[in-house]
Amino acid sequence: MRDEIATSPLLEIRDLRISFRTEHGLARAVDGLSLSIEAGEAVGIVGESGSGKTISMLAVMRLIRDPNAVIEGQVLHRGRDLMQLPEREMQAVRGGDIAMIFQDPMTALTPVYTVGWQIAEQLRAHEPLSKRQARVRAVSLLAEVGIPNPERRVDEYPHQFSGGMRQRAMIAMALSCNPSLLIADEPTTALDVTVQAQILELMRRLRRDHGSSVLLITHDMGAVGELAERVVVMYAGRVVEEGPKEAIFRDPQHPYTWGLLGSIPRVDRARVRRLAAIPGSPPSLLDLREGCRFEPRCGYRFERCATRPELLERVAPGRRDACHLDPSVRPALRRAALDGENAQASA
Amino acid sequence: MSDASQSPALLEATDLVKHFPVRTGMLDRGPKEVVHAVDGVSLAVRPGETLGVVGESGCGKSTLGRLLVRLHDPTSGSIVFDGTDITTLSRRQLRPFRRQMQMIFQDPYASLNPRKRVVQLVGDPFRIHGEGSAAEVRRRVQGLLEVVGLSPDHINRYPHEFSGGQRQRIGVARALALSPKLIVADEPVSALDVSIQAQVVNLLDDLQDEFGLTYVFIAHDLGVVRHVSDRIMVMYLGAVVEIASADTLYANPIHPYTDALLSAMPVIDTGDDLEGTVRRSRIVLEGEVPSPINPPTGCRFHPRCRYATEVCSAERPQLVPYGDGHFAACHHPLGGASPMGATEGTTASEEGA
Repeated sequence: MRDEIATSPLLEIRDLRISFRTEHGLARAVDGLSLSIEAGEAVGIVGESGSGKTISMLAVMRLIRDPNAVIEGQVLHRGRDLMQLPEREMQAVRGGDIAMIFQDPMTALTPVYTVGWQIAEQLRAHEPLSKRQARVRAVSLLAEVGIPNPERRVDEYPHQFSGGMRQRAMIAMALSCNPSLLIADEPTTALDVTVQAQILELMRRLRRDHGSSVLLITHDMGAVGELAERVVVMYAGRVVEEGPKEAIFRDPQHPYTWGLLGSIPRVDRARVRRLAAIPGSPPSLLDLREGCRFEPRCGYRFERCATRPELLERVAPGRRDACHLDPSVRPALRRAALDGENAQASA
Repeated sequence: MSDASQSPALLEATDLVKHFPVRTGMLDRGPKEVVHAVDGVSLAVRPGETLGVVGESGCGKSTLGRLLVRLHDPTSGSIVFDGTDITTLSRRQLRPFRRQMQMIFQDPYASLNPRKRVVQLVGDPFRIHGEGSAAEVRRRVQGLLEVVGLSPDHINRYPHEFSGGQRQRIGVARALALSPKLIVADEPVSALDVSIQAQVVNLLDDLQDEFGLTYVFIAHDLGVVRHVSDRIMVMYLGAVVEIASADTLYANPIHPYTDALLSAMPVIDTGDDLEGTVRRSRIVLEGEVPSPINPPTGCRFHPRCRYATEVCSAERPQLVPYGDGHFAACHHPLGGASPMGATEGTTASEEGA
């Protein structure tokens, strides 16, 4: 099934724009997001609250019901534009070929039915199965995601599961129809560190076994590092930088990415005196500038930043960034951004 | 703590226990059970230092924080603040101590009354302790706002007019109002975005330098805790499993739980390995933290520990010194570390090296 369209990406988002009409004016949540994901690929979208990462994925899944939302752009999947699909066909895609998991499992699990019932219902919505067959599949899915005693657990309610177990149950549900793309929105954020490690391990294994593509949405650079091959960094509704994970971590191009990496205390090396925090806070979506949106917080802004920097290949194939700084001056500025204050502090 | 080599402790807790009774079953008629939230924790915080407390949900770190400032009353044990035993003081007797120990909470949305203006929120401590006229309070609130990096012009705004990071700054300003000696910060940055986290962490750092504050910094984020702390205490199911200086704990963990916790932290490989870069191999713990209602016998970590033997389920390990202020409670210390003999305190150097 996957081979016949091997030439085009599994999912391609073209110039997605999302805004909301509010009483204070138009809130522009996403401003021209273009992104493609290949079969079997794992892509991480990184950004802080309000960067537009979650809302973009909800738009892809056609889950934005707000009548004040204005959504433009194309989402191409297997040669079809999901934005134009009748709702009935979209339902077959949702939970079938594209599945989504959320930060809070309780948004996807209803408290009034058993976990097994919910997985079985999902299966039967997409496949012609008897109740018995669906239940058997539910048990084996729970076993696959590492839930102990699945035969007993299948008849329990979500509140009887711990946070980590619920996250596993939701993953089981998402995987039930063997999706070719799994969209995971902050799947580990609400979990404890050791449980986070378990869930990331599980997702890595499932990707290996099923060959699914994964789109991981997170604010956590660490989780991205664990799972993604390619990283997209978003800020205030736009992509500021994208490229292979190693390149983004080792040779980040955009001052926002520098700030993001510098803000994270590193556990794998000697302590720094001060974190390289980004000053200020993200802009209001009601009052966005046309130029670079990071400009007011950027320590390297100059006249050209008043015009919008296009997302272009500037330093290497497969790497794009939206920054007016000349690529040749960036490494020195980055070193100063990440180490400058500490170099001064220790001097 | 037996480690009293340096200046006398500002805050000392001995064998703190907090049990919460719960009833189970229909209409609360079931048997009475007890949540062992904090079960025998002793610690000492020296003036000017930051003691980090880490652990996963349910390890008792937040309950411990609240016990330390007497927001909870301990079931047993004692708390000595600045030389005075405050364990059983009445509310009235506590008052002079309250102003010296403040708390910063996790959720800046929940800990600020949405119907009060900043001038009231930050000025309340002055009014409660009967300090200054209205004009005087106003002036001092403006000063505090400036200290935490907010505009003094925002004094008449409501909490909803601020971002999460700014609200946390308001929380910090309020905690600073009465010039406390000790601040217990319970997950002060975990609700904030990464770039804002770094701002608040840097702010807390600056304030400590400026006012000589002592912090108890409670968090689940090992990166943040290590960054801010001088010493770190690791908790598991209501008990302390290990205490050491921040660098020692990260370089040479003795307890297998500490080791697993550290290894679970995702590492961002920036490819520029510097001196002191540590690569850990991931230890994925099986299962989850057991219920604090019926904690495991012996070492509470033994059901999930890969080194566990019979002694671990039979006998609760004591917190013993390994030299240089490093303490751990484990029957099978990692890396062949051996506890110091009964005569402690002299040969501390080998362990720290």
